[in-house]
Amino acid sequence: MINTLRHKDLLGIADLTPEEIALVLDTAEAMKEIGSRTVKKVPALRGKTVINLFFEPSTRTRTSFEIAEKRLSADTLNVAIGTSSVVKGETLADTALNLEAMNPDMIVLRHSSSGACHLLSRICRSAIINAGDGMHEHPTQALLDAFTIREKKKTLSGLKVAIVGDLVHSRVLRSNIHLLTKMGADVWVCGPPTLIPADVSRFGVRATSVIEDAVRDADVIMLLRIQLERMEGAYFPSLREYFNVFGMTEERLRAAKPDVMIMHPGPMNRGVEIASEVADGPYSVILDQVSNGVAVRMAVLYLLAGGAEHEEAA
Amino acid sequence: MPTVMDADRIGRTLTRIAHEIVERNKGVDDLALVGVRTRGVHIARRLARALREITGEEIPTGALDITLYRDDLMRQAVGPQPLVRRTEIPFSIDNRKILLVDDVLYTGRTTRAALDALIDFGRPKAIQLIVLVDRGHRELPIKADYVGKNLPTALDESVQVRLQECDGQDEVVLQQEGR
Repeated sequence: MINTLRHKDLLGIADLTPEEIALVLDTAEAMKEIGSRTVKKVPALRGKTVINLFFEPSTRTRTSFEIAEKRLSADTLNVAIGTSSVVKGETLADTALNLEAMNPDMIVLRHSSSGACHLLSRICRSAIINAGDGMHEHPTQALLDAFTIREKKKTLSGLKVAIVGDLVHSRVLRSNIHLLTKMGADVWVCGPPTLIPADVSRFGVRATSVIEDAVRDADVIMLLRIQLERMEGAYFPSLREYFNVFGMTEERLRAAKPDVMIMHPGPMNRGVEIASEVADGPYSVILDQVSNGVAVRMAVLYLLAGGAEHEEAA
Repeated sequence: MPTVMDADRIGRTLTRIAHEIVERNKGVDDLALVGVRTRGVHIARRLARALREITGEEIPTGALDITLYRDDLMRQAVGPQPLVRRTEIPFSIDNRKILLVDDVLYTGRTTRAALDALIDFGRPKAIQLIVLVDRGHRELPIKADYVGKNLPTALDESVQVRLQECDGQDEVVLQQEGR
């Protein structure tokens, strides 16, 4: 059994082995208990400084990281981009190097450009944690999704997971495909042909535009948000039409397994990718995902704070 | 590799400690057992069974993982992190007498971490320390209230406690390190 991650950073699920994924999920189980105590704090990361650098709007992820950092006793600060030197034209690399000059231990980065975290990883000594980079990866989201599935179903292996929605713009999809296929799940992706990435079957998943095929006997249905802000041009006729063809309704749900789990990484567009009665219904674990996000991020922070064993900190 | 305690000896020792607990606390009112992971938990469960046989009372029993409270955590610039496991204390420790259970008492650093961890759960009336083996060489001012066996050791020796629940057999052995 391994007890460490091989890299100093968490840039994406693509870099993790199944054993490393299992280590994060096992550690998160222990971390989850801390959140249920009266005193929700342990001294593990005392004296460590973590900077949350968010270049894109975020409620859940930023709050979740900040709570996770505080529960581990790290000193944490948030750089709000609207009031930072970025508005004066400073580049990402310069911003990072200046923050790094203040000697933090970890930087949590969200950025609209795919690969932004890889750039920081090359120029920074601190551990870089990817909190979502463009259309590339969102590794902690996939880890918390996996944690939530494993908590209910005990395993990921052999489960049919249908991921439905805006696939082409989704970093959550990419991270989840890597993770779920590595852990042996049977992954189906579904959406309008215009929103299915051309090469997606290369990753060992089945793509379809027939929602009934994706939902049939599914153990898990994961809805992805229609990301209007990333869309230039027309991918489908209207939001109402999208809901009519792909929206997750109670009726469509009946074809899935009786103990199906409904997941959504948020923020939700009610009445577009998911009907309200499904989002708030008995199969929904959407708020469990949010609770588990804190535990999973505590696990990642803890595991990366020790540094990497087989890699020189650059 | 001398065996210093065999299965019978371990069994009798735990029965004796259970009687000492009842005597010292004049019964088992307000008592709870908390074992330090991994082997302390198994020993705590055995003590709970022994106490039930003696008094007929069920003693609440919990498991404590002290990893996140270790004083050597994050002290090295680069290195693997110790594995964190789940703490399970499904009862309030406020105003209870907590019997903290570990397999071996050595430097006292694990006990220090366990005391800090316990205090984060509440304010117990008292904490008493139970160890199966005290091997000496304390680095902190910590003393056990109940000791299964005092075992004088050299610094280059190690004490291995093996228990049925996790190792397949009950024994305590003294080993020369690096063998």
